[in-house]
Amino acid sequence: MKELIKEITSIFGPSGNEEKIRKYIQNKINDYVDEIYEDNLGNLVAIKKGEKSGKRIMFAAHMDQIGLMVTHIDDDGFLRFTNVGGIGSNFLPGTPVEFTDGTTGTIGVEKLDKINDLEMSKLYIDIGADNKEEAEEFVQIGDMAIYDSNFSANNNRVISNYHDDRIGCVVLIEAIKNIEDNINDLYFVFSAQEEVGLRGAKTAAYQIDPDIGIAVDVTGTGDTPESPTMDVSLGEGTAIKIKDNSTITHPLVKNLLVEECEDNSINYQFEILEYGGTDAGAIHLTKGGVPSGTISIPTRYIHSPTEMIDLSDVKESVKLIKVLSNSKF
Amino acid sequence: MLLKKLSEVSGVSSDETEVRNLIRETIEDKVDRLWTDVMGNLIAVKGEKKEGKKVLLSAHMDEVGLMITGIENNGLLNFRPVGSIDKRSLVSKPVLVGDNKIKGVIGSKAIHLQKKSERKNPIPWSSLYIDIGTTSKKESQKKINLGDYATFNTEFKKLGDNYVKGKAFDDRVGCSLMIDLLEYDYDFPLYLVFSVQEEVGLRGAGRAAYEIDPDLALILESTAASDVPETEEYGYSTSLDDGPALTVIDNSIISDKEILQSLIDISKNNDIPYQIKRSNKGGTDAGEISLTKEGIPSAVISLPARYIHSPVSLASLKDYDNLKKLTKLYLQNFKEGEF
Repeated sequence: MKELIKEITSIFGPSGNEEKIRKYIQNKINDYVDEIYEDNLGNLVAIKKGEKSGKRIMFAAHMDQIGLMVTHIDDDGFLRFTNVGGIGSNFLPGTPVEFTDGTTGTIGVEKLDKINDLEMSKLYIDIGADNKEEAEEFVQIGDMAIYDSNFSANNNRVISNYHDDRIGCVVLIEAIKNIEDNINDLYFVFSAQEEVGLRGAKTAAYQIDPDIGIAVDVTGTGDTPESPTMDVSLGEGTAIKIKDNSTITHPLVKNLLVEECEDNSINYQFEILEYGGTDAGAIHLTKGGVPSGTISIPTRYIHSPTEMIDLSDVKESVKLIKVLSNSKF
Repeated sequence: MLLKKLSEVSGVSSDETEVRNLIRETIEDKVDRLWTDVMGNLIAVKGEKKEGKKVLLSAHMDEVGLMITGIENNGLLNFRPVGSIDKRSLVSKPVLVGDNKIKGVIGSKAIHLQKKSERKNPIPWSSLYIDIGTTSKKESQKKINLGDYATFNTEFKKLGDNYVKGKAFDDRVGCSLMIDLLEYDYDFPLYLVFSVQEEVGLRGAGRAAYEIDPDLALILESTAASDVPETEEYGYSTSLDDGPALTVIDNSIISDKEILQSLIDISKNNDIPYQIKRSNKGGTDAGEISLTKEGIPSAVISLPARYIHSPVSLASLKDYDNLKKLTKLYLQNFKEGEF
């Protein structure tokens, strides 16, 4: 699984630019699904058909990632940029970035009088170009960049640039490969444009019209020094979301997830996130409403260039999805 | 000039009737069918019976403005903004109030009477008022009802050969462009949506898109040009005369990559200047349209205009013509049954 995480977190796919990651995932799962297609917004939808008595479950993990968009190239070849998705300026100085063609750069910062003056307009990307013309050979205004990959692992604890939400994609890929003879109709959506407003999952859910919707995404933790109070820790199991800013998990879904964890000895913890949202927020308000919830992978330092997870939580999440493929509800 | 008429009619969000009537009269002979939907969007279709996929063009009719919220005993009118308006741009501006277009001016305490602290801060909404030259509440009540809308009384004018100034360029320029584009023939059913209530939260266009269910959508907008003093060049969102602005990303949409690339290719192949909108701020009807039903591939093309959302904005006719040319070539690129 480590190899898959290492590879999938290195693939380019900021919001709206999911071509490469979509192709990568499609290649990984093609042989394991009954049907697979790309829709209008760029979501990848993979279907494993179930039996007549089964229900229709939509799983969503977003394949897009936060990034930066170039807004200006100056005469000396330095690039100004703006954010794509939620990025704090404090993470950026000194961070290596990569463009879709492999061009790399680092983020520099203007001289600041005080650290509080740090804001995105004071930052620039340096790709080592001598002047504007040279820079434009590699990068155009409107091009997007991502944090360069930086995978590393100490036993179960894995650091990478984009666990959010490639680790959710890993969970779904592993589940797809291991599920056989499922009763329920399973729709696995690798969604686009989550980071800019849960957009892909919204249109995918309209099209799929599922009986229940389950997002698989990262969540914050409360297990680091002076962290905000939050009862989620790395290594304590898959997290069943109770609420965040986008959804309150539907009781049907919450109870189903808890029962299946209990019955199948899957380690789980409850999660209440006081900020943020997941694709479940878009799915549950589709058409006449879809009971929805989120299975979360506890993650430290979300939206920073170095996010950390625990592999055991990933494995428990895969188990839970496997079980759901035959759940009755 | 059509843009002059469009700029000078009143149409604050949810009060778009005058604009709708003007557009209806202008285009009814040029389209197959024309109707107003529940929200008030004006929808027109040209080439309805043609084979091929449906293309939707959309521009909003409504503009930011003011609403009368109270009448003082001395006849002065209290108001609040409809849509986002910088209140610092309001003082001393002439306005037209209500259906009868009562002339008024936005007043506030004269500089002689202001305290030092008052001079330092923008005047709050509650201290601004509209003066229609009445002396009592009763007299005002004869002319004005609470809830009446007020628009800026700004004359449209050409400045030199290439520039125009007027109110509501956001988004009457889009309306004007869509009307101009009816001059040409296309190989597919073309739907035009003149939408309502964009400025108060993208409320109209999404409903129209739901009804039409198009295969592709282009949103014609006006966007802020920021090539003005005390902005660093790298902070410009768009600049006048650099051509139509193409949106990669804003708060409401990431434009469909294929459409965007096609627009860029057509610009390059036909020597039409274009610019990428460099800010990721703002939102347009594209946000709602693109997320309708199963998702609609959409992109935004904007005319850069200085000072939008104020009593007067300024735009370049060269940019206007280039935007029209680019959009026309893009649309004519589709052959019947293709794409």
